[in-house]
Amino acid sequence: MDYISNTAAEQDEMLKEIGVKAVEELFAMIPEEISLDCELDVEAGISEMELMDLAKEAAAKNKSLEEMTSFLGAGAYDHYVPSIIDHLISRSEFYTAYTPYQAELSQGTLEAMYEYQSMIAELTGMGIANASMLDGGSAAAEAVTMASRISRKKKVILTETIHPAYKEVIKCYGKGHQLEFLELKSNSEIMDPAVIKENIDQETGVLVVQYPNFFGSLEKMEEIAKIKKEHKKLIFVVIANPVLLGLLKAPAEFGADIVVGEGQGLGNGLNYGGPYLGFMACKDERIMLRQLPGRIVGKTTDVDGKEGFVLTMQTREQHIRREKATSNICTNEALNALMATIYLATMGKKGLAEVAEQSYHKAHYLAEKIDQLADFEVSNKENFFHEFLVKSSKDIKEIKAKLLEEDIIAGYDLDKAGKKGLLVCVTEKISKADMDNFVEKLEVL
Amino acid sequence: MEEKLIKDYSSPGRTAYSLPELDVEKRDLNSELGGYLREDLDLPEVSEVDVVRHYTALSELNYGVDSGIYPLGSCTMKYNPKRNEKLARIPGLSYLHPYQDEDQVQGSLEILYDLKLDLAEISEMDEITLQPASGAHGEFTSLMIVRRYFEARDENRKNVIVPDSAHGTNPATAKMAGYNVIEIASNQRGMVDLAALKEAVDENTAALMLTNPNTLGIFEEDILKITEIVHEVGALVYYDGANMNAIMGYAKPGDMDFDLMHFNLHKTFSTPHGGGGPGSGPVGVKDFLAPYLPKPLLKKGKDKYYWDYERENSITKVHSFYGNYGVMLRAWAYIKTVGGSGLKKTTENAVLNANYLKARLREEFELPYAEESLHEFVLSGSRQKEKGVSTLHIAKRLLDYDQYAPTIYFPLVVKEAIMIEPTETENIATLNRFVETLLKISREIKEDPELVKNAPHNTSVRRLDETQAARNPDLRW
Ligand SMILES: Cc1ncc(COP(=O)(O)O)c(C=O)c1O
Repeated sequence: MDYISNTAAEQDEMLKEIGVKAVEELFAMIPEEISLDCELDVEAGISEMELMDLAKEAAAKNKSLEEMTSFLGAGAYDHYVPSIIDHLISRSEFYTAYTPYQAELSQGTLEAMYEYQSMIAELTGMGIANASMLDGGSAAAEAVTMASRISRKKKVILTETIHPAYKEVIKCYGKGHQLEFLELKSNSEIMDPAVIKENIDQETGVLVVQYPNFFGSLEKMEEIAKIKKEHKKLIFVVIANPVLLGLLKAPAEFGADIVVGEGQGLGNGLNYGGPYLGFMACKDERIMLRQLPGRIVGKTTDVDGKEGFVLTMQTREQHIRREKATSNICTNEALNALMATIYLATMGKKGLAEVAEQSYHKAHYLAEKIDQLADFEVSNKENFFHEFLVKSSKDIKEIKAKLLEEDIIAGYDLDKAGKKGLLVCVTEKISKADMDNFVEKLEVL
Repeated sequence: MEEKLIKDYSSPGRTAYSLPELDVEKRDLNSELGGYLREDLDLPEVSEVDVVRHYTALSELNYGVDSGIYPLGSCTMKYNPKRNEKLARIPGLSYLHPYQDEDQVQGSLEILYDLKLDLAEISEMDEITLQPASGAHGEFTSLMIVRRYFEARDENRKNVIVPDSAHGTNPATAKMAGYNVIEIASNQRGMVDLAALKEAVDENTAALMLTNPNTLGIFEEDILKITEIVHEVGALVYYDGANMNAIMGYAKPGDMDFDLMHFNLHKTFSTPHGGGGPGSGPVGVKDFLAPYLPKPLLKKGKDKYYWDYERENSITKVHSFYGNYGVMLRAWAYIKTVGGSGLKKTTENAVLNANYLKARLREEFELPYAEESLHEFVLSGSRQKEKGVSTLHIAKRLLDYDQYAPTIYFPLVVKEAIMIEPTETENIATLNRFVETLLKISREIKEDPELVKNAPHNTSVRRLDETQAARNPDLRW
């Protein structure tokens, strides 16, 4: 099967118009030494039925979350996704379009992006937001490079409590900008603000904090906000979980200059890690806006005075500014941002808060139960939101393996992040019965 | 605006969501979260029907490949097969958490590995990372690999060479990776000027970034000399794979002596562009660069597939997880469906369609480079410009005829550029309609230029004021 609709006769007609006899002649300029003289060693094409059989065979070798109860979070969250999202983004006028270069025939995408920017700005409390970044990690990295351009300083303070993968991405991007990183250690699941305070010096341009952090804990944001206030030139980057912002105070209130994060929890499925979307918001200041990476949609009017939307502030972007651009980003995560937009519209004012609230109550219910078990202890019970750290005298790998036999994914083994313990996440999708069952299984280990 | 904003459907107390009742005890949020609680969240208060009608209305203001021809040069807007959409939504393939144990995702890893093998075969590269989430992300990954390579050799090279016909992401990427950008001018035939290249390379050159066929659709006939000149000074040659749709089955970047490259799964391999994304930009490298690829790298062990994190020379990570998996599934489905000979046929028909359009349009519109071209070509609207009508106006007028416009004003080496890439999935009738429309517009320019200058007339909004948008930014409600 291929997707070519011209018949042989039509192809001949076209060749004639071009003035060649055979299609191979159109490739005559390819030097002989590099011209392929054999077929590609790629298997022959198959029909739709065969393809679906192959896919189902592969799916059968997987074990999806449909068959299990999962307490995995660590940056990708299994929240409820309303059915209408997939139906609406499957309107092919949306998903088969590209970047809205021709605004007049792309008002659907543009208006939706404007709504997305508005709702991200509202959630984060920031003045403006761009139309999406590639994912949470790269958004965090680009926020850091943006912040260093604004502060004109190369020293960046990272906290140990940031997602380890994000730290790696941030440092990778930092290399290109010759950034210097200072990673502050912590002896608990949150940072001691005093440690942050004493490490900021004249050279420090950027401070990055995650909210809630990798361990699910809420940093002492008010104290950090005070530190930020004392260092006017310091750019404060907050990596936030947008779903929890339904209930949590917006990072803007803690003095954030740039807020970024993973938008997957907003109506995007897990999809084994992608496609997700990074979101990025910042203060509504010229200097910020000029340095912001990515597409931005703005409202304007047409020649008749009718309101409409366009891509704007494009003089920051690679297609205009080339090496002077604020980023190389071109293709972004527009469809995922559309999913987030529809999600936010659907959950709305009350629904998003309820998702966050239910996750909070349930996670605390489970944490208390686990904490009561003889061999287990929740180590951040004072300050977590919907994800917590379980320490145990037992071997975490063994615990995970035993529970898997019961179709339960117990959580994220922090061994992978160089720590000891199990990171357990609870969303609104987990029922009390699921949790009671989990605790029961832990108890009889 | 044609359709009001979702927030303007709000009515206090209206909701569209449904959640089960909370089944555990409610805690006292005020005492537990105190200073962390937000006071207000101004999101829409609408019903489910409001949401569905609103976004349906918005979709009707849009235009996609399913609506008709979408001849954006350099973007390869081919048909997006529906079976791939269905496949990517199979719960056993999609409802997977990125941190599930490898044992639980062997089916998916097998697919990804299979995709890697096919990409390696198509390109003649030795090892592939699927982590980059877009073309530009793949470029960045590649240049960080270049950086790491020289670091490992204790060499501190500072420059990256980029032809003036290159896509904007190329110089922007070089800069992001910490390099100075040296731009070299193309020659009169639209190709790399060998003398200029020789002049530009030295022991400070880290890499040349090259698109081949280039953004004019022209194959660099001296490609082996080009790669040789760069290699002679110890620098690497990077291939921007945006234009793979022009050569699959006919030539391979690896055979042209490129050291590394990126693919655009959202171009060549039919995955939907989503209104601007998501994409996927895997990077392929020759063996000697494999140690620097991002971690984790997908590998095949004795009896299972696994993610290899033990990679001390790796550039580390460019994405939180493994990249845009959902896009990879669709690209895999595409390759499985069309197969090896289908890929070659794809290339042939992409090139045939483009050359057919070029043959039919080259008399009316100026063709600044007469060289043979492959899957796309670039016209100039300069003749029409003499009549006071610019390429932008021509593009807008096309919209009136319910066809999307080509890429315009790129590449920068062509004045009033009109860059056309029809792709292989368009048929002759659609191509003829596009040609006739462009010819008609050219006639209109002669007879009634104001008609074209004031286009579009039939779209939901007319010419939008971009200057106002940039001068007084209104970026949110
Ligand atoms: C030649 C070329 N290189 C690179 C890119 C960047 O790809 P992406 O948009 O996926 O980042 C493009 C995209 O249009 C392109 O045409």
